Amino acid sequence: MSEIDEGLRSELQRQGIWVTSMEELYNWGRKNSIWPLQFGLACCAIEMIATAASRYDIARFGGEVFRPSPRQADLMIVAGTVTKKMAPQIVRLYNQMPDPKYVISMGACAISGGPFKTGYNVLKGIDRYIPVDVYIPGCPPRPEALLHAFMELQRKIDSQKLTGSEKAAHLDSTQPSEFPVPSFGAHDLEPPANPDVFRPPKIERT
Amino acid sequence: MESLEQIKARAEAAVAGAKIDIVPNPGPANQPSLLIDNEHAAAVAKFLRDDPALRVDFCSNATGVDWLDRTVKKTVKVKKVVDGVEKDVDETTEEKVPGFLEAVYHLYSMTHKHGPVIIRMRTIDRVEGARLPSLTSIYRSAEFQEREIFDLYGVRFDGHPDLRRILMWDEFVDYPMRKDYREPDDYEYEPTPHDDVLEKAKQHYSSRPQLDGAENITAQQQ
Repeated sequence: MSEIDEGLRSELQRQGIWVTSMEELYNWGRKNSIWPLQFGLACCAIEMIATAASRYDIARFGGEVFRPSPRQADLMIVAGTVTKKMAPQIVRLYNQMPDPKYVISMGACAISGGPFKTGYNVLKGIDRYIPVDVYIPGCPPRPEALLHAFMELQRKIDSQKLTGSEKAAHLDSTQPSEFPVPSFGAHDLEPPANPDVFRPPKIERT
Repeated sequence: MESLEQIKARAEAAVAGAKIDIVPNPGPANQPSLLIDNEHAAAVAKFLRDDPALRVDFCSNATGVDWLDRTVKKTVKVKKVVDGVEKDVDETTEEKVPGFLEAVYHLYSMTHKHGPVIIRMRTIDRVEGARLPSLTSIYRSAEFQEREIFDLYGVRFDGHPDLRRILMWDEFVDYPMRKDYREPDDYEYEPTPHDDVLEKAKQHYSSRPQLDGAENITAQQQ
């Protein structure tokens, strides 16, 4: 993208001349029609439904087209507790989505297991298997919080580069777009986390 | 509804050879239950369901209980002759009670609108003998609940039409609701641990790197 002075550009806009770039146009188009995958896991899904309904109306941000097929979806909203039995299916759905694809981890459970994290059956965060773009804390988060996360995601999409070393992951052939699906083991999921995706900060304590 | 003693007496009269005990529950709930021997469990349950005065025809809930091996200390006062004088001496005996698993059924009557009648069955032990007769043939609603008891406690139900795991996956080998179950250790990242989680997270803590004092000098210069 050839850099153009912001002041000059807005001056030209006032005169009715629009100067844009491929990258800007491309990101503008993508960020205003994010189609989420239509699925819910627990009570967070109720808030997600409320966000899609008329009062909060996610259509204002171009995200009202909930697709019942991963092949047509851009965004996966992981809304609710991910049980260990459900985790492979979530990863498989993510793998089936076409690039570019984004993930919002909605609520305490999807982030870390939340109130159920010491349970034997609960995955301690979906980011153990797939990369997450936006995390929303809350139990459950209010619809406004989901809208805020949606806007954060739009901002993220808007800042993605099409070329160069900083280009978006879906344009980088070295970046994987699919991740291994965990299998059911004798005591836990195998592997319990994908080390390529899940890199928790090391806690140093004595 | 008649008292539990009356039910016990009538059931024992109706089912030849049945041995029923009343398990008291001296808590605020005060819901004593009937402990039924495994051999006659199905016959007793059939009696409870079909008896015209009782007609507990609805199995509302079936669940399991895990009782671990335990030792019971009993102190008995024994008269002993010590130095030619008879004295009361406390004598402590330790008795080992082997553990067992239990299935508890809460039964109600839709016909007479009464209940619950609570029945229990106990396994011989917690390993090989963890078997009980299935009551699915008497109460259809017990099918999924017995599968759940099998899944989470590891009680095998003889005569169950479809005994598979219901909540956990088929490859899973543990029984997570047992008291000696240990969950897999995935506590490597705990930002705000406390209580039990803190103890588990401590296993993953790495100690702070040894400081040689050089960083103090750098800090003073700035």
